[in-house]
Amino acid sequence: MAAQESVASLKNVTLAYGSVRKGKVKALDDLSLDIPMGRMVGLIGPDGVGKSSLMALVSGARRIQQGSVLVLGGDMADAEHRRIYCPLIAYMPQGLGKNLYPTLSVRENLEFFGRLFGQDKPERDRRIEDLTRSTGLEKFTERPAGKLSGGMKQKLGLCCALIHDPDLLILDEPTTGVDPLARNQFWDLIARIRRQRPRMSVLVATAYMDEAERFDWLVAMDAGKILATGTPKALLERTDSENLEAAFIALLPEAKRSQHRKVKIPPRESSDEIAIEAHDLTKRFGDFTAVDHVSFRIERGEIFGFLGSNGCGKSTTMKMLTGLLPFSEGEAWLFGQPVDPSDLEIRQRVGYMSQAFSLYGELTVRQNLELHARLYQIPEEEREPRIEEMLERFSLEPVVDSLPMSLPLGVRQRLSLAVAVIHKPEILILDEPTSGVDPVARDNFWELLIYMSREERVTIFISTHFMNEALRCDRMSMMHAGKVLDSDTPAALQEKQNAPTLEAAFITYLEQASDDAADVDPDPPLKAPATATESASEQTSQTVAPKRFSFLRLYSYASREAMELRRDPVRGVLALLGSVILMFIMGYGISMDVEDLPYAVLDYDQTTTSHEYALNLAGSRYFIEQPPLANINQLDERMRTGEISLGVVIPPGFGRDLKRGANPEIAIWVDGSMPSRADTVKGYVQGIHMDYLKQLARRAPVGVNPVSAEVALRYRYNPDVQSLPAMVPAVIPMLLMMIPAMLTALGVVREKEMGSITNFYVTPVTRTEFLLGKQLPYVALGMVNFLIMVALAVFVFGVPIKGSFLTLAIAGLLYIFCATGLGLLMSSVLNSQIAAIFGTMIATLIPAVQFSGMLHPVSAMEGVGALIGEIYPTAHFLIISRGVFAKALGMADLYPYLIPLLITIPVLLLLSIAGLRQQEK
Amino acid sequence: MRTLTNILQLGIKELRSLSRDPALVLLIVYAFSFNVYSSATAVPEAPFRATIGVVNEDPSPLSYRILDAFQLPYFLPPKPITHAQMDTGMDEGLYTFTLNIPPNFQRDLLAGQHPAIQLNVDATQVSQAFTGAGHIQQIVNSETSGFLQRYAGQDALPVEAVVRMNYNPNLDRSWFGAVNSVIDQITMLSIILTGAALIREREHGTIEHLLVMPVTPVEIMIAKVWSMGLVVLLASAFALRFVVQTWLNIPLAGSLWLFLLGAALHLFATTSMGIFFGTVARSMPQLGLLIILVLIPLQILSGGQSPRESMPEAIQNIMLAAPTTHFIELAQAILFRGAGLAIVWPQLLALAVIGGLFFTIALSRLRKSLN
Repeated sequence: MAAQESVASLKNVTLAYGSVRKGKVKALDDLSLDIPMGRMVGLIGPDGVGKSSLMALVSGARRIQQGSVLVLGGDMADAEHRRIYCPLIAYMPQGLGKNLYPTLSVRENLEFFGRLFGQDKPERDRRIEDLTRSTGLEKFTERPAGKLSGGMKQKLGLCCALIHDPDLLILDEPTTGVDPLARNQFWDLIARIRRQRPRMSVLVATAYMDEAERFDWLVAMDAGKILATGTPKALLERTDSENLEAAFIALLPEAKRSQHRKVKIPPRESSDEIAIEAHDLTKRFGDFTAVDHVSFRIERGEIFGFLGSNGCGKSTTMKMLTGLLPFSEGEAWLFGQPVDPSDLEIRQRVGYMSQAFSLYGELTVRQNLELHARLYQIPEEEREPRIEEMLERFSLEPVVDSLPMSLPLGVRQRLSLAVAVIHKPEILILDEPTSGVDPVARDNFWELLIYMSREERVTIFISTHFMNEALRCDRMSMMHAGKVLDSDTPAALQEKQNAPTLEAAFITYLEQASDDAADVDPDPPLKAPATATESASEQTSQTVAPKRFSFLRLYSYASREAMELRRDPVRGVLALLGSVILMFIMGYGISMDVEDLPYAVLDYDQTTTSHEYALNLAGSRYFIEQPPLANINQLDERMRTGEISLGVVIPPGFGRDLKRGANPEIAIWVDGSMPSRADTVKGYVQGIHMDYLKQLARRAPVGVNPVSAEVALRYRYNPDVQSLPAMVPAVIPMLLMMIPAMLTALGVVREKEMGSITNFYVTPVTRTEFLLGKQLPYVALGMVNFLIMVALAVFVFGVPIKGSFLTLAIAGLLYIFCATGLGLLMSSVLNSQIAAIFGTMIATLIPAVQFSGMLHPVSAMEGVGALIGEIYPTAHFLIISRGVFAKALGMADLYPYLIPLLITIPVLLLLSIAGLRQQEK
Repeated sequence: MRTLTNILQLGIKELRSLSRDPALVLLIVYAFSFNVYSSATAVPEAPFRATIGVVNEDPSPLSYRILDAFQLPYFLPPKPITHAQMDTGMDEGLYTFTLNIPPNFQRDLLAGQHPAIQLNVDATQVSQAFTGAGHIQQIVNSETSGFLQRYAGQDALPVEAVVRMNYNPNLDRSWFGAVNSVIDQITMLSIILTGAALIREREHGTIEHLLVMPVTPVEIMIAKVWSMGLVVLLASAFALRFVVQTWLNIPLAGSLWLFLLGAALHLFATTSMGIFFGTVARSMPQLGLLIILVLIPLQILSGGQSPRESMPEAIQNIMLAAPTTHFIELAQAILFRGAGLAIVWPQLLALAVIGGLFFTIALSRLRKSLN
């Protein structure tokens, strides 16, 4: 095949993941492939053979390890080529709605992507209208993406991918977990778009072989290598098979092929025992009725199927049976007993697999199995063999020490299944257990189900989107919009609708029951918008390199972030209200003063003179007298319990010695466990002692003048030495560091954990735009925060601004940039949300409180603390804040302290950029 | 029996999850080692390296005697300045203290005219202002009386007050700073670890998965409490033994075991609090803010940063409900004053009661949020 005819060509590509210690797993093994241009190319093969890895490499989301990947005529290892050509590639990752933002509405999601590709508002609106109309999403444009059904999510994902008229569309299992009706609509949509844009190449991975038959050209893969390429017809001919499923199995190497047998279902002996029974089961969420009076009876040992579109209430029904959701109405019984969420015995007999992967991503495959085996109390001697059996049965041996998150979807599903059956449950409730699982593994799995049903008489309640699986059920229910349309054997259902296949029967049932099918215009007009799209696509095909820096892309991320913040008002309120509350707490709570310190006197002398001395202390507002001490041991004991913090020992003969001029000594013991307090106490005690001496002197004969010089003390800026005016200007910098930093701290790492970071990998957005976009909304929120705190200081605490407010505001703005930048740095460098929260706390709380001069001047610090104090932004902003509030200073005096802030902002940004990868490793 | 194995297994799972996050482990190690070290060593003696500017209008033996008495580490060498620099210097924060020795100070003193030295204090520097002013007054007083003794043959003071410091004779700030920093880390880490672990389970759907198994919310919660508590307990034991005792060379008076018992009870309370916050917050970003909102008051108002006695009565009473208040009291009693069980049992009891309360509340919320 000539080079210019292939849209992508891979040569000797090898990709391995996993750590060196645990042994690397090769996802792609010395693979070479040319993908033809302008065709619909399907990647087929079992799970974990490298389909997703291949797609991630072609899309530029993943870094190339070995070999070369040429896409659209350039090397994908070259960042410059990626910068120019990635905008012509659209990539939709695996998993329902993984690249969408769940709290944003359909329109907002689309607008976000439109802006990323530099489209102005009229163009965006036109495209959004065009795309939503042709996908039937136009009625739902204001609905949050998280609340769409699986099929609609995938359509929206496709719209987002198509909004910029890509030359290469990469879809990784786009229809996995999508119901047949929605799947049909999805492929019709793709076909229509291809008619409009014949130049566009499409690369699709799929687990549904019936879908693959529609494609132009197929690549069959196994174990990181290519088995065969060619048109579906060619593959069928080559293997002499009737359908692709059989063809694929025939293409497999001998060793693997031998594992596969055609699934045979022995007849079931009916039983009078009822394992699961539901009667008028209903679930409402607010006004919405998710499950509407559903009734069924499942006999013991029966395989009972649920077939229905996404969001029709299948999962909700299953969750109610497991006790995860309480039901609004109706009754349900398991083994003849009413469903009781607190009954552990029942749980022991039930196995459940939820639709979304819900095992521990941080535990290895074996550790997950072990954990569940133990939680289900499998006796120790049976545990190991059982785990080995599961590993073998679900072909998990090669990945036994891998982490589930590094495994392909299909393998993860197998692990979930293994976990669900590890304790040999009597009832199995499986919510779409096989979506994303390849045909061979699916058949193996069904063999196991059939074995369990027929030999062990396990009752199996399963929901599925695969028609051939539905056909294997003993009985099944067609479900739609919370209602069961009909229940019977698959053959009977087919007969009732007079349909040639079960799928046709299902669609007929659905069309009878729903208006949903009418949502999509079967043949949407290809009129004005389409031609406009076409002309636009001609332009983009000219390969105009995107700008290196685009405000629109930056704005795109910024507005997305702002919208997310608006959708979660609790966060904004917490941030604003929090600073108010904390300001009150700290303004009133921090006091360096010592008051009401408990003390006791040990008076060995017991004369009027000694009583007088003791009385002197008692008169002070700083101290509170406790019962006197009887002996020196008591002083020790009572100080140890914390009952007294000060002990005064007046020696025997004090009065006599004083009169004789023998200079008696009074011993004063201070609890030094809190040094700052002890220091203050020491000062007070000495002051009181001095007072006493003055009193003595006044009574003494004239001429004796023990204290001669005075110190006239003047407290500047805060004459009453109140803590409040001193603390308020210091509290503002501290809170303005911590709260904005925490707001941004999860910005990037959350996208990493949730998967939407892929948008950053594959769209033309640069790291600078991405980070600044995430920062700006929080800078704005921080400024609001700043203004509230300043207003609070002036109007509530009565701490006036004596200097230039403008200086304070400018400094505040720069400072908030520093604070949010620090949060983003944590977010870029770290990979888990917990670490980001903890890291941000460490990086803000201690330096801001301890090293920045809030309590102790930076000039007095030592060691690392002093170094941090010198460079930490809070230290500089604190000087500005105190200067403006208390010392009546302005820009002319304070500009030197703005410079460090100005330097910090780009430094933090550069560090974040360095810490953020532009591609997946 | 089943409950116990479940709790054990679920706890082991938590530990394994933690070990999968090397960055987090590194941060924990940092928090309990370098972090403790740097906050212990950075806290200055008060006043420590205080800046002082002097307008000396009386170049006399007495004024130089006074100035010579300002010595490191308490004071940086006094800077001679002019009247004009006095104001600008304080405005710019160059000097925390300025001293003005008036003309003919020595002569007036000897003439018995009670001359006054003016001392200006930058009262925005809270911690130094109070103690520093006291120090300076004392220095001036003792130097003048020493001067008078020598030159005028005046008697020594009729009564000497000898102040001695118990438990920390030199009032070494790092003792207190180090222990306080360990306590802060204990509280912070335990709340974050459990709260965030719960939210992560919810965000990833794993908690739902647990609930279809024969596992109860109590078991899930106790497992989190013991596993995260253990991590923090080990880290704090390490910090006290090796960072505080060995590296910083700070003598700890009491029994480390008794302290760890107190820490365990404290962790019981704080990890329960963490779970409580995990049930209140809907998402990780909300949790992050909630933690700030709770941790700052806990750290500042529990008596770790400033003495409890000087806070408003209402705050003192409210803070009795916080475990940190009791834990800080207990830690100071054991580690500095060498108190034993006979003395600290009220704090232990208070921690157990508060912990039990938080645990019950958190558990009922967890149950509710899971249903």
